Amino acid sequence: MVSIVHIPDGFLSTPVWATLDVAAFPAVGYMARRAQRGFDDARIPLLGVMGAFVFAAQMINFPVGIGTSAHLLGAALLACTLGPAAASVTMAAILAIQALVFQDGGILALGPNVINMAIAGVLAGYLPFYLWGGGRWRTAAIFAGGVLSALVSAVLALAELMLSGVRMPAAILGVSLALFLAAAVLEGAITVAVIGALEKIQPNFIRQPRAGRPWALGAAALAGLLLATVGVLFASAAPDGIQRLGRQTGIAERAKALFSTPFADYQAAFFQAGWERKAAGGLAGIAIVYAACLIAGRAAARKRRP
Amino acid sequence: MKRPLIEVRDLRFRYGGGEAALNGVSFRLDEGESVALFGPNGSGKTTFVLHLNGLLQGEGSVEVCGLPVERRNLSAIRRKIGLVFQDSESQLFMPTVLEDVAFGPINRGLSRPEALDRAMAALRTVGMDAAAGRAPYHLSAGEQKKAAIAGILATGPEILVLDEPTTFLDPPGQRALAELLAALPQAKIVVTHNIPFALALCPRAVFFQEGVIVAEGPTAEVVARFRWNFDSAPAKSLR
Amino acid sequence: MHHIVLERWSRGASALHARDPRAKIVPLLVFLTALATARRALPEFSAVLFLLLCAALLGARIPLLAALARAALVLPFAAVFAAVCWLSGDPARGVAVALKSYLSALAVLTLVATTPLPALLRGLEAMRVPLFLLTVAQFLYRYLFVISEEAQHMSKAAAARGAPVRPMASSGARFRAAAGALAVLFARSYGRARDVHRAMLARGFTGRLPTLYDLRFRPADAAFAALASLAPLAARLAVERIG
Repeated sequence: MVSIVHIPDGFLSTPVWATLDVAAFPAVGYMARRAQRGFDDARIPLLGVMGAFVFAAQMINFPVGIGTSAHLLGAALLACTLGPAAASVTMAAILAIQALVFQDGGILALGPNVINMAIAGVLAGYLPFYLWGGGRWRTAAIFAGGVLSALVSAVLALAELMLSGVRMPAAILGVSLALFLAAAVLEGAITVAVIGALEKIQPNFIRQPRAGRPWALGAAALAGLLLATVGVLFASAAPDGIQRLGRQTGIAERAKALFSTPFADYQAAFFQAGWERKAAGGLAGIAIVYAACLIAGRAAARKRRP
Repeated sequence: MKRPLIEVRDLRFRYGGGEAALNGVSFRLDEGESVALFGPNGSGKTTFVLHLNGLLQGEGSVEVCGLPVERRNLSAIRRKIGLVFQDSESQLFMPTVLEDVAFGPINRGLSRPEALDRAMAALRTVGMDAAAGRAPYHLSAGEQKKAAIAGILATGPEILVLDEPTTFLDPPGQRALAELLAALPQAKIVVTHNIPFALALCPRAVFFQEGVIVAEGPTAEVVARFRWNFDSAPAKSLR
Repeated sequence: MHHIVLERWSRGASALHARDPRAKIVPLLVFLTALATARRALPEFSAVLFLLLCAALLGARIPLLAALARAALVLPFAAVFAAVCWLSGDPARGVAVALKSYLSALAVLTLVATTPLPALLRGLEAMRVPLFLLTVAQFLYRYLFVISEEAQHMSKAAAARGAPVRPMASSGARFRAAAGALAVLFARSYGRARDVHRAMLARGFTGRLPTLYDLRFRPADAAFAALASLAPLAARLAVERIG
């Protein structure tokens, strides 16, 4: 599968792109206000160059496996240099220009693309750095940020495509996921390498988060993010598989008994309804991931200021 | 005593926590004056001129036309000082010469026709009106420099600051530039290594070294004192 | 480079170029939505839309074949996707995706090829898109040129020193060398970008987009916006009635 992350117009079903467009507009507006608060004019060139840089990097495809290619996402790179809010705005600007000038990604699909990369991708990329970027796990945190951002963006894109009713043979899905993982690891490695090199040239380009965040909280946040992402993927990708698995093991029944939350209904509806209903359920899942990222980012942005 | 256009007292600045770039510079520019700024590379000349319109802000006081260089005065001060950068390509960024020259007037809030009129007038002053519709990156180095100067003149400054204006210009181009600048009524500060150019244009010169002004006086005397030209061996100690 | 061609096209002088950017953005959104939500008689509807866009491009004196080829940039992506749909037994969806993505790209291209980017951003600003986002977008676009120039300088310098100009390979040392080169490219581009920004500030730039493009929504713009918005809707109604 060639880079799946820039979704063109025509790929997504109307409920999916419309919902995500509606979600993306206020999110970017919020990020823009957030980034602008106390903004130092002298940072405009840094924003622009980082953006142009990531923009250019996104257009260079590197080979992943045989006959397929992926490209750098740059969300974690932006987040570690500009901070989450400015990184979100910059990534949104990148996506807008790519859609307008380079026909890379659609206009109606701009909302989904912004949510996947500029909001969820940037915040997921920033989370590990925010938590451990100040301590001796710094490099690992940057790496994890790169991996996580690429994974979250790609998985959300894939989930949205599937919610739009695209069915993928299991083999192709498996290969795609393996490639995502490979591309994500590469993203992590490139993020670490570029940030290391930048730090050598000009140390004050890279943000220095405080050391000593609580481990447990961070681990829980990360685990939650990963679980939610994987959950969204499975829920939207292989409902039949889950159903079969559920029938075989009785997990679904037990799970329903265990969690008498709205999710039980969601699950019940999921197994019976047509794809539109499934789409609605899956969208709720994406909304939860998105909200989690947004809240995490908000908290991160707030705590940064003493 | 005449009111100084620029008055700088004990200016100090360091880049991002590194070594000091300016170490207590005091300087004064009077109306109608032209001053050359000499000194070795890295002695703080460019850093100094970036302070004059608040692009960098250090400790000490900088006053332009009686206004202290502070955030609230910046737009007024940038109206009075026109800064021509060493690299014209950094300065010319609009698609056509005319639009680029009109950039300043438009930022001043002029309407489109007024701004274009001003831009055309500035282009006529530097003799570039024929190139108005051309793309800046298609111009020669000399033409680019003139277009950059037109972009500054269009903002109507009282002081011109030129950073290494003769870089990339051939000798006839340097001569033409000196004649053009000499004909302009504004006070001038010229950062340069080009001694004949400075001698032709600036009666007074100051000499920068390690972030301070170590000497000032008539241009020929400053050059002689520091043997600041190609023909003479360097002075044993610059101080 | 692609965007230089687009930049040249966008500075044409047709009636379509002269319209207020808002009078083109609104019909574009209507067009995209009408296309994205279409299900019945999609091939016929697509054909009508295709003709509409060709007429617009010809009317704007944009080289038609070049524009059609440019919009085809989305097709490789769509082809992979169509193949996946075909493999999973849904070839109709594959065809629909290819048609919709190509026509959408062509529609966006028609807008961008008849509207200079600064004017487009001004139009978006007037339509309440956050100014900060647009400012960043504008700088970013401008700095793309800076980076590509600096990259050319660097690769020339590297070639002059006898280094082979080759894409990034897999060995660790090369990987680090490439990252280092990227970082140097970044630092140089940043230096240039800072100079450009300083030069702008020195000429009174206050963070607002230059308003050389005065927006004026004239009656002609309103008429055009109404007509151009109605066209795809009418086409869809007609095609679906017949089909």
